[in-house]
Amino acid sequence: MNIVVCIKQVPDTTEVKINPQTGTLIREGVPSIMNPDDKGGLEFALQLKDKFGAHVTVITMGLPQAEAILREALAMGVDRAILLTDRKLGGADTLATSSAIAGALRTMDFDLVITGRQAIDGDTAQVGPQIAEHLDLPQVSYMEDLQYNESTKTFTIRKQTEEGYQILEVQAPCVVTALASAVSPRYMRVNGIVTAYDKEVEVWGADRIQVPEERIGKAGSPTSVYKAFPKQLKPAGETHEVTPEEAVELIVNKLKEKHII
Amino acid sequence: MNLTDYKDVYVFAEQREGKIQNVALELLGKARELADANQEKVVAMLLGKHVRENAQELIAAGADEVLVVDHDLLAEYLTEPYTQAITQIIKERKPSIMLIGATTIGRDLGPRVSARNVTGLTADATKLEISDDEAHEFRMTRPAFGGNLMATILCKDHRPQMSTVRPGVMQKLPADPDRKGTVVDFKVDFDEKKISRVKIVKTVKEEKTVADISQAKVLVSGGRGVGSKEGFAKLETLAKELGGEVASSRAMVDAGVMEQSRQVGQTGKTVRPSLYLACGISGAIQHLAGMEESDLIIAINKDKFAPIFSVADLGIVGDLHKIVPLLTERLKSLQK
Ligand SMILES: Cc1cc2nc3c(=O)[nH]c(=O)nc-3n(C[C@H](O)[C@H](O)[C@H](O)COP(=O)(O)OP(=O)(O)OC[C@H]3O[C@@H](n4cnc5c(N)ncnc54)[C@H](O)[C@@H]3O)c2cc1C
Ligand SMILES: Cc1cc2nc3c(=O)[nH]c(=O)nc-3n(C[C@H](O)[C@H](O)[C@H](O)COP(=O)(O)OP(=O)(O)OC[C@H]3O[C@@H](n4cnc5c(N)ncnc54)[C@H](O)[C@@H]3O)c2cc1C
Repeated sequence: MNIVVCIKQVPDTTEVKINPQTGTLIREGVPSIMNPDDKGGLEFALQLKDKFGAHVTVITMGLPQAEAILREALAMGVDRAILLTDRKLGGADTLATSSAIAGALRTMDFDLVITGRQAIDGDTAQVGPQIAEHLDLPQVSYMEDLQYNESTKTFTIRKQTEEGYQILEVQAPCVVTALASAVSPRYMRVNGIVTAYDKEVEVWGADRIQVPEERIGKAGSPTSVYKAFPKQLKPAGETHEVTPEEAVELIVNKLKEKHII
Repeated sequence: MNLTDYKDVYVFAEQREGKIQNVALELLGKARELADANQEKVVAMLLGKHVRENAQELIAAGADEVLVVDHDLLAEYLTEPYTQAITQIIKERKPSIMLIGATTIGRDLGPRVSARNVTGLTADATKLEISDDEAHEFRMTRPAFGGNLMATILCKDHRPQMSTVRPGVMQKLPADPDRKGTVVDFKVDFDEKKISRVKIVKTVKEEKTVADISQAKVLVSGGRGVGSKEGFAKLETLAKELGGEVASSRAMVDAGVMEQSRQVGQTGKTVRPSLYLACGISGAIQHLAGMEESDLIIAINKDKFAPIFSVADLGIVGDLHKIVPLLTERLKSLQK
């Protein structure tokens, strides 16, 4: 079985700060990490490797420094790592991002593609389903668990829903989007960390993926960011340090004033 | 693509087991405003099996026209048949704008539809407007980077201009049972071979009653400061007294104290109640992202530097374990 996991390098958004003067993100000093849902997805892939001897490839599209998360994945035990990087791929929205990644996947052999449900920076949760569409494959999003049935070449997948869950049976090859909360990712192995630096990270340019230029990068992006600005918080009201009895009075008066009671 | 061929605002009228989801009604309210700004129609797309009878509810909520696609293959949501139906609607009807609720269904369907029709999709917009200049541009504003940044997105040269919107973000119009609209049966030619690749083995609803906190008028919300199930029981009594529901920060969901369906924030629900009473919640940006649009925010926290106070209309520095029971007693005595 061949599995490809799509992983993205993201700034740790819990540490992101906004420059109040310019309204731009301060990226200096913000650690870059492997997107949490992708790490969950990777763990699912590695469990299939443990069970069925699956061959696991990770791919990321990004700047050259995204190599760091590929090294981390190698140290966790993946077999092959690909960095798709090219100026022509820059400025992509989700459609152009998914077109490029789907282009890379088209050159590979796989039974399963795993993406994270959502990247914590762009926050759209769109790239996984869009990859599935470009490849004309079935998709299951919000995957919490999956089993492979070798004889029927199908996956039995548990999908999270608002009310509970659904069990779906899907023909391979297919695309699933994984939830980080569904699984605890393994740590990098000590000898894995050592060999991770001996293993090769393949670097691919846009010429490797054979996607028309009007489908990738800025040119292939139907959406554009017209403006970006820091979130305006509404002005703070009054804060009082008072006894519990006084606190109750303040709250009750406020509730009366606003006709809540 | 000739952009002038595309018009009207289309809303995906999500239903589950024949029940129209609130988010669809909320989107119809917004669609009404957008369509009026361009003198266009609001069209609801109602997909399912035996759902035609729901059409009037959509008209009452603001739709001018309801396209009903009634088919066995649409009885329960699956990506492929729903994508095929919406795609055929796009091909034949050429919508200018399409809005979809950001539920587990809408977030599965939206990107698939946008990719099949090679158009843009804005994720989880919190503000949708038609610019009041000549351009009449459709502007979609959304949070990104964990709620730290807002971005206004355009989809200039592709149609439909698609956006998902989370439940609770837009406001529905008061239902008007006298509103008139047309109901049209829309026929779809399905490619069943593609559909057969995924089968539903079973759909399980968890036993616990799922409270829809995004619809509650009053939310009493607790964080790590509440600490335990016993602590939440106190909030529960207070919430009952106020006719509201209990909500939670993620910390208490991760700790297994509260169920995920009650989580407020970036990875939980977006809420906009008349009163949000935050007890022992520090006010992390991911939490604020889900509640700061509430009409009245009251926060109780023992740390006077807690960021929650920066969005609160009334902040109380104090111990919630003392204040909450006292407040409950006080409200009870007021009732009498
Ligand atoms: C402020 C802001 C707002 C934006 N809003 C929109 C918008 O509304 N609509 C839109 O189309 N674009 C938008 N974009 C662009 C979008 O963020 C990028 O296209 C981004 O590369 C992919 O989207 P995402 O981060 O949301 O990924 P998601 O769709 O959330 O990612 C899901 C999964 O896809 C995989 N994946 C995603 N990107 C990569 C990658 N580069 N390499 C490998 N795997 C990957 C990962 O497994 C990931 O977990 C916005 C960008 C910014 C800066
Ligand atoms: C990608 C991502 C997504 C996230 N999504 C969400 C989300 O959707 N929703 C969410 O809530 N969080 C989310 N988080 C987590 C978020 O960053 C915070 O960790 C979380 O909100 C903290 O919860 P809390 O306020 O309950 O706990 P804490 O931050 O620990 O705050 C507890 C507060 O209680 C106060 N307190 C303690 N005892 C008392 C007392 N007796 N009386 C009064 N006050 C008291 C303390 O002063 C403190 O301010 C997300 C994080 C990440 C990284």
